[in-house]
Amino acid sequence: MERAFLEISQVVVRFGKAAAPVLNGVDLKVARGEYISVIGHSGCGKSTLLNVVAGLLPASLGGVLLEGTEVDEPGPDRAVVFQNHSLLPWLTVYENVRLAVDRTSGRAMSRAERDEWTRENLALVRMTDHLQKRPNEISGGMKQRVGIARAIAMRPKVLLLDEPFGALDALTRAHLQDQVMDIHTRLGTTVMMITHDVDEAVLLSDRIVMMTNGPNATIGEVLEVDLPRPRDRLSLASDPRFLSAREAVLRFLHERHALPKVA
Amino acid sequence: MNAMTDTTISASIAASTPTPLRRAPTLADRMRPHVQHALAVAIPPLVLLALLVGAWEWAASGPNASLPPPSKVWEDANELILNPFYDRGGLDKGLGLHLFASLQRVAVGFALSAVAGIALGLLVGSSTLAMRALDPLFQVLRTVPPLAWLPLALAAFREAQPSAIFVIFITAVWPIIINTAVGVRNVPQDYRNVARVIRLSHPDWFLRIVVPAAAPYIFTGLRIGVGLSWLAIIAAEMLTGGVGIGFFVWDAWNSSNLSDIIVALVYIGLVGFVLDRMMALLARVVTRGTSVQ
Repeated sequence: MERAFLEISQVVVRFGKAAAPVLNGVDLKVARGEYISVIGHSGCGKSTLLNVVAGLLPASLGGVLLEGTEVDEPGPDRAVVFQNHSLLPWLTVYENVRLAVDRTSGRAMSRAERDEWTRENLALVRMTDHLQKRPNEISGGMKQRVGIARAIAMRPKVLLLDEPFGALDALTRAHLQDQVMDIHTRLGTTVMMITHDVDEAVLLSDRIVMMTNGPNATIGEVLEVDLPRPRDRLSLASDPRFLSAREAVLRFLHERHALPKVA
Repeated sequence: MNAMTDTTISASIAASTPTPLRRAPTLADRMRPHVQHALAVAIPPLVLLALLVGAWEWAASGPNASLPPPSKVWEDANELILNPFYDRGGLDKGLGLHLFASLQRVAVGFALSAVAGIALGLLVGSSTLAMRALDPLFQVLRTVPPLAWLPLALAAFREAQPSAIFVIFITAVWPIIINTAVGVRNVPQDYRNVARVIRLSHPDWFLRIVVPAAAPYIFTGLRIGVGLSWLAIIAAEMLTGGVGIGFFVWDAWNSSNLSDIIVALVYIGLVGFVLDRMMALLARVVTRGTSVQ
């Protein structure tokens, strides 16, 4: 691989004066357009890693390069879909996305273009019928869709998903996963997703990054998921390649890096 | 509840008329549940009020009673109750006019304290340095009782009107400052992260995130502030004189019109209640959606 699109280099994160760092020496190279999942047990620092890439949290040592340039502050080129959607409750669905559009492409686009871009991205997540609703008037799945629309409306180079479907029921989650796969195929965005769901990781990713347990967490193994796209959850359910990838992740999580049993 | 009432009504019609035709519910039918609800809410306090007035009548009717019973209050002061806007010049005015004068002072003083309080609260809430510098001062000053400011204000302004307004201001401003500052400090980290990712400019961050996020807190401060203003104006007017409900009470005391005082107290209470409700309503309208996530 020549110079990577996104390069995470020797990242160490230590909070305060704690003896052991949360993350210790994380190294990862991501190619343009790749879909990467980061999986691991709770407390392994996977969200910390995402926050470092997002620039929301400074790395104690090491750093992150995006197209060869170091990133040390947050920005729309690394849009984040937050776990708890983080929509502003006093703005409507439309206004939430529009705020991000205005801020991130205010100079490059005219007013009408920004309006159209906002609507286009909301149409991509099928929220066109709910533009004027406020976040407390729509379901959790819809909120997360608006969060995704807000993130992709920033035309990010890397889309960062922080357990985006964690708080949703299984059916809504499957529906949203399909939408994200569709968006990834259509836009070719590079995606880094934090998850703790094995099926989700295998279904969506090109590579699965498995983290060892914290503290001192680092990358334990990286699994290539060699499944053709577009992927269909139904036909994959019995596909031997899908099953073996799934088993490999499960073995990593529950055999080699099982959490110590709590009495 | 609505549907149930409707079916019972049509059932009884079916029983009493030979042709069981379903008729559309009339306006009266549809209003019935609402009227029933209104009565259920209004009757208990009215009954209690009647009992209390009765007890007061009984307690104040003895030969040694020092306060007038309700019947005497009505006899002495029915003009005050029935005609709140008479004006015979000087200080001999209806209660409505006195209340209006007091409300004007509250409006000016409270408006000033709202502006200053929100501005200072935003400053203290968003700057650690400002908080370290100002918070101790606020914590000491806010415990000074409103009336203790009055002599100083009179000395400084040499006039009753601005002094009374200053007392309102200094009374109402503390809860507004403190609540606003708490609201600003409690802006969720999530919103900060969103603002950082989209690189919101500083003024935008303030106007589009901090102010709306802190709005429920700000309104709590305003609501407490308006209540305190009303408490303070009555006391201040007792001392400064002139037209105003506080002075009216003091004047009535000096001329031993106990009935007038009682009527004035009822009016003061009602106005205070209305002020509080208005602020609560305003808060609901302005912050709709923001307090629920």
